[in-house]
Amino acid sequence: MAEPQPFRPVVFTRAGMRRGARAALPLYLGLLPFGMVVGVISAGKGLSLAETLLMSAIVYAGAAQLLALELWADPAPVLAVTFAALVVNIRLAPMGAALGFWLDRLRGWRLWGTLATLVDHAFAMSIAEHRAGGRDAGYLLGLGLSLWVAWQAATVAGHVLSGVVQLPPGHPLFFGGTAAFVGLLVPIWRGARQDLLPWALAGLAALGTQRLGLPQPLPLLAGALSGAALAAWNEIRARGGPKAGSEASSGAGSEASPGTAPSGPGTAP
Amino acid sequence: MMRSDVLLAILGMALVTYLCRAGGYALLRVVRPPPFIDAMLRHLPGPIFAAYVTLALSRTGLPGLFGAAAVVLVQWRTGNLSASILAGVATVWLFGLLAGA
Repeated sequence: MAEPQPFRPVVFTRAGMRRGARAALPLYLGLLPFGMVVGVISAGKGLSLAETLLMSAIVYAGAAQLLALELWADPAPVLAVTFAALVVNIRLAPMGAALGFWLDRLRGWRLWGTLATLVDHAFAMSIAEHRAGGRDAGYLLGLGLSLWVAWQAATVAGHVLSGVVQLPPGHPLFFGGTAAFVGLLVPIWRGARQDLLPWALAGLAALGTQRLGLPQPLPLLAGALSGAALAAWNEIRARGGPKAGSEASSGAGSEASPGTAPSGPGTAP
Repeated sequence: MMRSDVLLAILGMALVTYLCRAGGYALLRVVRPPPFIDAMLRHLPGPIFAAYVTLALSRTGLPGLFGAAAVVLVQWRTGNLSASILAGVATVWLFGLLAGA
């Protein structure tokens, strides 16, 4: 990772978009059952097919849609479901910020359109792609659009088939969603020295916060932020050593592209 | 069929969701973060999914742990995400079969 990769410029190509769209296909395995459940529940709550499709199309956030549907009533509780969407999706804000290495090079619809399709899986796969040397930002939009299409198909199918097929809550297929994230952790792993303690702290802090009875997204955010803070502290401590640069540039610092490097000390490779 | 209260609720959800998606990045584009926050953002991906997976596995119990182990093993050996997801689902499914037998 310390090769001169960061010097290759970031591009945005159709080929990159196609590659991203194809890379998303395995994720359909986890996404389709989840989307169908959202469609089934949506029908159960009395939403029409058009209303279900509109929600999936412009909200496009499974966990938020599921929570909002839990709260659904007639007439629709506008403030409650809007707040629910905010609480569940606030985790996407730091993800967008962390994708600056590609997004900083985009403008107009490419930038704001790509952000509109941002979901957890696309984020994880883009980080893995970037760490492997990928410099095509079209990959991220391709992933997002591909998953968006699958999400529409799944929620519509769930709505149409509701009453015909019912997956019981503990069905093994629901593990597909979790399995996708477990699998995505593997290419994000950079080695024990850098990742072991922050990741362990993230898991423990999330569990501890959940044990305290605090609702989502607090356990998730507590875990993510404490783990990231520990990793940042490790990096800055290492960087502060007598030979600044050599440590930070091997892996940790390679995430930043030239020019977007932080205003901190010049540790760019 | 599209009712106005439902439409309003969906638009509200869509608006705040887009603000979440674009807002974090837009803020950073205007205000350069201090070095510590910048480093945190670069290290965020691992911890956020580690926390997510830990919480999910705390709900799925032992079958989930074995399923996750199968996913990691297959992903690490093959690099094929489809295969690793299928291996995880199959492991959890087998667990259910054995427990039900």
